[in-house]
Amino acid sequence: MAEERKVYRISELNRLSKTVLEDEVGDVWIEGEISNFRPAPSGHWYFTLKDADAQISAAMFRGNQRGMTFEPKDGMLVSAFGSVTLYEARGNYQIIVRQIEEAGKGSLQEAFEKLKKKLAAEGLFDEARKKPVPLLPQRVGIVTSPTGAAIQDFLNVITRRFPNLHILIVPVKVQGEGSAEEVASALRLLNERADTDVIVITRGGGSLEDLWSFNEEVVARAVAASRIPVISAVGHEIDFTICDFVADLRAPTPSAAAELVIGQKDEFAHDLTQYRRRLGGALSSRLLTAKNRLIGASRSYVFREPRRLVSQYREKVLTLRSDSRDALRDLLRSRGQQLDEAGLRMRHRIEMSFHTRREKHVRLGAQLRALSPVAVLDRGFSITRRADGTILKAATDVDAGEQIETQLAKGRLKSKITHVETEKDDG
Amino acid sequence: MAEKKKEQPGFEEALERLEKIVEEMESGNLSLEDMMKHFEEGSMLVKHCDKKLNEVERKIEKLVEKDGEMTTEPFKEDEDS
Repeated sequence: MAEERKVYRISELNRLSKTVLEDEVGDVWIEGEISNFRPAPSGHWYFTLKDADAQISAAMFRGNQRGMTFEPKDGMLVSAFGSVTLYEARGNYQIIVRQIEEAGKGSLQEAFEKLKKKLAAEGLFDEARKKPVPLLPQRVGIVTSPTGAAIQDFLNVITRRFPNLHILIVPVKVQGEGSAEEVASALRLLNERADTDVIVITRGGGSLEDLWSFNEEVVARAVAASRIPVISAVGHEIDFTICDFVADLRAPTPSAAAELVIGQKDEFAHDLTQYRRRLGGALSSRLLTAKNRLIGASRSYVFREPRRLVSQYREKVLTLRSDSRDALRDLLRSRGQQLDEAGLRMRHRIEMSFHTRREKHVRLGAQLRALSPVAVLDRGFSITRRADGTILKAATDVDAGEQIETQLAKGRLKSKITHVETEKDDG
Repeated sequence: MAEKKKEQPGFEEALERLEKIVEEMESGNLSLEDMMKHFEEGSMLVKHCDKKLNEVERKIEKLVEKDGEMTTEPFKEDEDS
């Protein structure tokens, strides 16, 4: 019974399957968590709907998005209405969503927010807790998958930046069952060994589920407890994990983590060269200043021409001397003037006094002359004296026969008394 | 390896000190004597940092468990193989 074998072309099979799916299942409502949400440049949305046990690819075309009150995001729990179909070109089973409703937040997202809130409240994300990362680590510990792209990216950048660096890789599972515990114990191990001075936890990008280990409390606690500074580079750019928040430093990618771990060696070397140059420059410019001051000082006329200094002093002394002489002269002059004036006044006074006296003299002389007996004699009177010189004032003063002398104005007479007459009759 | 610390200033401290020394020297406020001292210390620090930059050898190791003991072995990079 040679029954003829029916060979389908793939497109036929896919079309058949598609028809069966659309006819048999058709339009349905499903509930699940959105993950791996990818808006395409065309405006269509591609994502995965999943629950604890299974997942299905989903697409929502641009035309169906109108009237949406929210933007779907990974982790969002939604009710979606659409038709189950098959994308023939790829043989992809999927649901074309025409309507979507937010059914509350997805459980992972919920757990993430809850833990984040809890640890934030404990202060585990505080800036003050962050330890500084050494500028030049002696040994770098890396907690990651030894086979992932992350370690390759990291090592490539390190090699470029700082060829001679000592790196210790601690291999761990970076996703799935037991991964969080491995990461946590790797951190503890490195802290026990204490032979590295910075730890990098890294893995490449992925969905929220893929990165979930790094959102687990056990990892967060181990990072927080690390005495060695921890750099977290989990996921790509926009992915944030709890591990990132607790770490001392967060890098958006494994390559960026490598850049944070170590600077460019040639930049360091360049800096050192600059310092060396500046040290030398500062010193020689200081020396130059000192030298110039010395030269300046030695060129000063004080040193160059001491005689000039002396002559300057001499000049000063001379000036002072002449000044004092002038002052003395002025003083003397003014004193002399005073003396002159005093003398003048004195002479004047003396002259005045002489003048007065002479006048008085003249007057007195005249008076005297008027009183002088000589003057009386001039007027015809005479003086008669006895022989013994006494002036006769009464006739009885002499006796007859006595010799007397009579003084006239001109000449004298000597006579002899012949007779004395008393003056009783006349008197 | 772990014992190799703190006998001398770390690279970072040394750089900071160096920066300070250079700034002080460039301020022009130092006496000639202090200038000389600063220069000597600075030169020593430059030498020290230079040494630190070059003393570490490139080494990439992987931590593995062998007979219950943690030990290191060279890590083979994909790009090398």
